[in-house]
Amino acid sequence: MGRKLLTEHINVEGIDTFEVYRKHGGYRSVEKALKTMTPDEVVEEVKKSGLRGRGGAGFPTGLKWSFLAKPEGVPRHLVCNADESEPGTFKDRQLMSKLPHLLIEGMITSSYALGANTSYIYIRGELLYVLRILEKAISEAYANGFLGKNILGSGYDLDLHVHPGGGAYICGEETALLESLEGKRGNPRNKPPFPAVQGLYARPTVVNNVESIAAVVPIINDGGDEYAKLGVGKSTGTKLFSACGHLNKPGIYEIELGVPVEEFIYSDEYCGGIWKGRELKAVVAGGSSVPILPKELILKTAAGEDRLMTYESLSDGGFVTGTMLGSGGFIAMDETTCIVRNTWSFSRFYHHESCGQCSPCREGTGWMEKVLHRLEHGHGHMEDIDLLVSVAKQIEGNTICPLGEAAAWPVAAAVRHFRDEFEWHVTHAKEAARPGAVYPGKAVLA
Amino acid sequence: MAKITFDGIEIEIPDGTTIMNAARTVGGSIVPPAMCYYTPLKGSGGKCRACLVKVTAGSTKDPRPMPKLVPSCITSVQDGMVVENTVNQQVLDVRKGIVEMLLINHPLDCPVCDQAGECDLQNFAFEHGVSTTRYTEERRTFDKIDIGPLIQLHMTRCILCYRCVYTANQIAGDRVHGVLGRGDAAEIGTYIENIIDQDFSGNVIDVCPVGALTDKTWRFKQRVWFTKPVNAHRDCPKCSGNVLLWYKGKDVLRVTARKDEYGEVKEWICNECRFEKKETSDWTIEGPAHIDRSSVISANHYELPVLNHSVVADLPESTQRELEKNPPLKLGS
Amino acid sequence: MPLNLIDMEPTNAPAKPQFSAAAQDEIKRIITHYPEDRKKSALLPVLHIAQAEFGGWVSPEVQTLVAETLDLKPIEVYEVATFYTMFNLKPVGKHVLEICRTGPCMLRGSDELTAHLERLTGARVGGETSPDGLFTLKEVECLAACGFAPIVQVREKYYEQLDTPENVDAMLTELRNMVHRPILPWEALAQN
Repeated sequence: MGRKLLTEHINVEGIDTFEVYRKHGGYRSVEKALKTMTPDEVVEEVKKSGLRGRGGAGFPTGLKWSFLAKPEGVPRHLVCNADESEPGTFKDRQLMSKLPHLLIEGMITSSYALGANTSYIYIRGELLYVLRILEKAISEAYANGFLGKNILGSGYDLDLHVHPGGGAYICGEETALLESLEGKRGNPRNKPPFPAVQGLYARPTVVNNVESIAAVVPIINDGGDEYAKLGVGKSTGTKLFSACGHLNKPGIYEIELGVPVEEFIYSDEYCGGIWKGRELKAVVAGGSSVPILPKELILKTAAGEDRLMTYESLSDGGFVTGTMLGSGGFIAMDETTCIVRNTWSFSRFYHHESCGQCSPCREGTGWMEKVLHRLEHGHGHMEDIDLLVSVAKQIEGNTICPLGEAAAWPVAAAVRHFRDEFEWHVTHAKEAARPGAVYPGKAVLA
Repeated sequence: MAKITFDGIEIEIPDGTTIMNAARTVGGSIVPPAMCYYTPLKGSGGKCRACLVKVTAGSTKDPRPMPKLVPSCITSVQDGMVVENTVNQQVLDVRKGIVEMLLINHPLDCPVCDQAGECDLQNFAFEHGVSTTRYTEERRTFDKIDIGPLIQLHMTRCILCYRCVYTANQIAGDRVHGVLGRGDAAEIGTYIENIIDQDFSGNVIDVCPVGALTDKTWRFKQRVWFTKPVNAHRDCPKCSGNVLLWYKGKDVLRVTARKDEYGEVKEWICNECRFEKKETSDWTIEGPAHIDRSSVISANHYELPVLNHSVVADLPESTQRELEKNPPLKLGS
Repeated sequence: MPLNLIDMEPTNAPAKPQFSAAAQDEIKRIITHYPEDRKKSALLPVLHIAQAEFGGWVSPEVQTLVAETLDLKPIEVYEVATFYTMFNLKPVGKHVLEICRTGPCMLRGSDELTAHLERLTGARVGGETSPDGLFTLKEVECLAACGFAPIVQVREKYYEQLDTPENVDAMLTELRNMVHRPILPWEALAQN
């Protein structure tokens, strides 16, 4: 069992209360930062740690922080992105509901580093029950002098609020999130200007994922260098993976980056293999938007090396034979899974979640869903398969925000690796449209 | 000032200008098309993606190319920027794709649409699209709605450019309509039946790039290319009173604001001028309005020829006599 | 089907709904979270309160009330309420069952769960309410609990691992026996 930096105490009775959390070393990072470090020194530690954004894009957190504009007399904000909605991803919900004080501690330390005096946690509206847990924990933090005016006598003030969304995946995109926090429709903004210059209320703003902010706590406690010792290469530290789909033990696993994918799937320490004694067919390794890979390519790279749970190893081979680590939403599919049906389901998701602002995404996501629906239900044509690839290409790269890519990649990758199965849905339309139909052939590897 | 290269043409332009407006200072076919951007409306642009261009060098300071195509309507120029529009195949291909996307759910009911002949989408599709469709699915439809006695909303034709929303916010005031729902089910509407009747609300008709918002007092009266636009003005207490009257014979069929060559309203007009002044006696006539040669409206040749004086001497005597009697109008008068 | 909001039936709710005193206090507290000139920021949290206060949905009248409460134009509220999927724009049954249908839940049997719930309640997904008025079935996209699939959300509660008839029955029994919806924090505060 590797080291756990975030979830070590997750199963401790009462860890959601201030008292128990504090007894297990909670809020040490706030004391250390506010009493012994300057804000810039905190930023420096996060830079040294090599922490990469845990929301999906993997952008170095310290670097993102250093971009924050600091004009005189303009308030700055830190906003935590707790709008976890990427299919396959459910780590932040677990972290927040079980360890609310860990996020709050991370928010205080990070807000101090950025010079923010009002910070927000934007949580998806469906998680109102987690909002209640967080609000209770926040009031405990206020009562114990860790929030409010002159925290720990340091002269630093911070107010922290939780803001619920209303049911929209798009609000996980940082500028849509800020629009939503301003009480508007969740339409992503055109960039530039970036939030670091003009974010919430047109003020300089940093938006970070829950897990990224939580990771600041061990980074400050133990030092950035210690954190960077964990992991492999540029994939430093630990990462939460949400394992779901056809696994014996779905759930949240905090692993040191670098564990082989094969070990993660099959070892009893982690997912415990594929359910019902079946064979693995394919994996979507980083949330529904990253390319799907057939079993052979998720376990080994095209060069035959073991595929590791790191940013670099998962993307080895680009989008031809590789994928992305993304948000860590690890969806495993067994041999009976219909790839066309699954792709249709993902496509329906993106169609449903498109904000409708820019034309390629608004029109293209619906088009792909309709074509996939026809294919899955026995009304497809051979030319539909190339049409899908073409429409995906017309969306990718041409939209205001990354939802375009998120919608296009899974379709393009499914056709790339499972074209035969798509064709089978045309040639054996009736058979394939039967509920529970299983394609008898193999995946295309490259 | 910033110096940029656009399709090989050097343009010097004040800092902060958008790529689109830089190209417009040159004019002609190199100007990227705009379906949602509208200069007079703050915040417009960036949505339709029709104007995407390739930036092959970001600036002198950072000459790297921009990784993705950028919307030229909202991207500011940088000194030393190199932009490719009509000379870049990727840009042209993507634009073809945008036409396709905008058309898949459009009803293509041009034969019965009042906007036909002056429709931005029609022009855009004609200039940049392909003549076939790959879309075989059912199209999205909405019911027609009257938003008040004067304006009809034909949502099925809407391309969600948001121009009318910005107009209501910035020009008409007291907005009662907006974008409801989301994704491809998003629609312009008032939610609960409501009428749009502010003094300047009629301008939403002029800014609409398609036939989604139309003038009910003009509906089905005439095809636009059978009518003749004439510049006219009146002393109006609410607006400038500078308008276009659209004549068929002696009848004024409709009144609109005057637009520039990019279809953008020059001066907003009030609803009284637009909907209530339909007699020639209400107006001081200035003369026929110039209509671009490429427009179907110019097909009637009602506008007197604008002559290049160097060639006048070569004209037959009879024509010269005629010209003395009816001197040609100056462009744009 | 596109939203046909314009033709929406007039509501039977009182013509002029009013927030309870407890809800008004909660709204006041929430407004303090944002800068004074940014009251609009409170729109989503206030819509959630409104939906809880007025029978699980937000009628045009309720949305107008929200607009008045936050000094907004009514259209600003309509635009937002129709964008976010959690706000029900039509009357609903006593319990709204939001069934996750996205990939990971589908892999673990959400289609079967949906069919099963349709049989048990007599309502169909897509916003239909059962004849007894108890259940409205609504399909939703990913609820971020994929490891516990398939999932149904009812108000603020997640019912997880509904892949066995026993778990489904337990959920429905719990809901059938529920006399009042669970009390919310600000309501508890007002009672003390």
